[in-house]
Amino acid sequence: MKKLFAAASLLALIATPAFAARDQIHVAGSSTVLPYAQIVAEGFAKANNKFKAPVVESGGSGAGIKQFCAGVGEAFIDIANSSRPIKPEEIATCATNGVKDIVEAKFGYDGIVFAFDKSVGDVKLTQSDIYLALAAMVPVDGKMAANPNKTWKQLNKDLPDMPIMAFVPGEKHGTREVFEQKVLMAGCVANKGDAAFIAGGMSKEDAAKACVKMRKDGASVDIDGDYTETLARLGTNKTAVGVFGLSFYQSNSDKLKVASVGGVVPSVETVASGKYPVSRPLFFYIKKAHVGVIPGIMEYANYFVSTKVAGAEGPLAEAGLVPSPEAELAKVQASVKAGTPMGK
Amino acid sequence: MSDINTISPHLKKRRRAEWLFRAYGLAAIIFCFLAVAVLFTSIISKGYTAFRQTHITLPVNFDASIIDPDGTKNVDTLMAADYQQLVKKALLDKLQIKPEDKPTRKRAMDLLSHSADTELRDLIIANPAIIGKTQDVSLTASDNVDAVLKGTIDRTVPEADRQISDQQLAWIDQFSKDGKITKDFNTKLFTAGASSQPETAGLWVAILGSFYMMLTVILIAVPLGIAAAIYLEEFAPKNRITDFIEVNVNNLAAVPSIVFGLLGLAIFINGFGLPRSASLVGGLVLSLMTLPTIIIATRAALGSIPPSIKEAALGVGASKMQMIFHHALPLAVPGILTGTIIGLVRALGETAPLLMIGMVAFIVDPPKSILEPATALPIQIYMWATSAERGFSERTGAATIVLLLFSFVMNAGAIYLRRKFERRW
Repeated sequence: MKKLFAAASLLALIATPAFAARDQIHVAGSSTVLPYAQIVAEGFAKANNKFKAPVVESGGSGAGIKQFCAGVGEAFIDIANSSRPIKPEEIATCATNGVKDIVEAKFGYDGIVFAFDKSVGDVKLTQSDIYLALAAMVPVDGKMAANPNKTWKQLNKDLPDMPIMAFVPGEKHGTREVFEQKVLMAGCVANKGDAAFIAGGMSKEDAAKACVKMRKDGASVDIDGDYTETLARLGTNKTAVGVFGLSFYQSNSDKLKVASVGGVVPSVETVASGKYPVSRPLFFYIKKAHVGVIPGIMEYANYFVSTKVAGAEGPLAEAGLVPSPEAELAKVQASVKAGTPMGK
Repeated sequence: MSDINTISPHLKKRRRAEWLFRAYGLAAIIFCFLAVAVLFTSIISKGYTAFRQTHITLPVNFDASIIDPDGTKNVDTLMAADYQQLVKKALLDKLQIKPEDKPTRKRAMDLLSHSADTELRDLIIANPAIIGKTQDVSLTASDNVDAVLKGTIDRTVPEADRQISDQQLAWIDQFSKDGKITKDFNTKLFTAGASSQPETAGLWVAILGSFYMMLTVILIAVPLGIAAAIYLEEFAPKNRITDFIEVNVNNLAAVPSIVFGLLGLAIFINGFGLPRSASLVGGLVLSLMTLPTIIIATRAALGSIPPSIKEAALGVGASKMQMIFHHALPLAVPGILTGTIIGLVRALGETAPLLMIGMVAFIVDPPKSILEPATALPIQIYMWATSAERGFSERTGAATIVLLLFSFVMNAGAIYLRRKFERRW
């Protein structure tokens, strides 16, 4: 009995600072933004003795925004990281739960690259090639038919004679949306696939959906895990192509060889200049109602978008972030500093 | 009529069947051992390198004009000083690089960890007397230098595809020739929290988080589980209601663990308003998960005590409670302990339910109480496994070794306690 009492009081002792206001910022969201947010969280705590390092959760853009929009109060997160802009329906959910003022901060870009195993060598792809290789339905003699292509050479004689095999991020991945819109859709339009769908009696929206549908005959495999899994799959399947984020590719450039898209080799420079076509902006969203309640939120946000962190020479660029052009970053810095909520 | 002549033809067949049966059993055991051996060699061969960390020794001049211009030795001034400048100066002087040569300077700085300045700061805070002196300091090398020396970065790859340049390789070789590079025990692996750089990443937050959660489980699930089991086994009347409860306890043991996470999110965080990511919430969720295991194990242990012992106690006038606490429970202890520890080890390795309550997170500062954010060992393994940097893959292996050691210690404890309390009749 005495022992039990001692144990109970030990638990009570550990729990003493009970329910004191949270003094750590809580961030959640995109796994693409996670490595950058980690660097910022670490640097922020180092640069400010006053504040503790924020807690950063990953779990995906959608999941992060959902938690963000769940309500106002200590139990809810303060900042959501996202690899896509927040959707109008998400803003509406936020509003019904009392999260009204949201500050948006676009802090840079991420490039999406197509990479083969090192042994394959240089491959020059176009959006049209990728569409013809991976879409479910492609135009054959002017009509839409199930994708008949088995090797890359079949669809473009300049490409190597290798079986088509691709590892593409699964549908819950933020990368997937960019891949569909910037690659499949573009390739579909270039091959007049959308026109053929509409001619076949589809509405415009249905045609757009049909264009980005991927083949399910085994030539394309959805990867629901992380890029490390895609990398492992390429290791066992040397002729397959994998879809990666630019920064992940850069850390593994000794194992992978990147393919150019439309003649442009992806790099920090070509993505920042907009020459490389497959890129997306990265965001974080601040819950204004928490500013002043949880200490350090605005300091963290300002630090995140500051030139010495998110600029071309900063640690985020070193970790693979494609920095925003200076003028754009300056605008973001001003709006974060002023704390201007979206739509106001 | 069966004499020896009618039996002997069957005898051979019977012996053969017996021999085959034994061979199958032996094969099964050999297979299990091989599987375990393969698992352990792969984890250990991948992870053991992470227990050593490369350091570079540099003569650092603790320039008083940079650290403490007023000479007050005030802790706040010392904390805020620009230690990066000291690191830079020491390294550039050593390698004889002109400060104006920016690209070379950057490549040189990449040899050292980003935390080198913090290491100098901690040195000064611990011993302000060295301000103004020059001293050899062993600073943590960057993860790329570490990887080269451990052989995970291949030197033969063309320079453009390598994480480290020819010039940096030359510097590293020069340092090792001068004996300035040392490989020491990686204490940061056990004392540091999460970090975006492999060389400064550690398990401390995860170890603390796992410890707090185990403590919560022991304090909540064990007494509740044992009490529930004693009541169900010894006091509860046998009727439909107790049957219903029994079936549901068994069902609960089969519920997938992620469901407990959803429950924890809905009840403990959204309902009771407990803080997200706190090890208390994790501990409560794991307690719910472990509870049925403990109840079932305890009931089985109590049920296996010979009725003669219980009846003898009652027969000499003991009350039911005296019978349970003086006779039944002490004899059931080995069984209860085994069940409890199996439940605890399972809880220790659990990640799925913790995902829902925000414990899969990047946490730098160690938690000061069970209400502060923490992670757990298996979560740290998962987070490191998904990181792109090469240094994290060996740390994944190292973290797995640590987690396995924890489980071994707990299992060994269970075996020891079982032997100690075991009684035969």
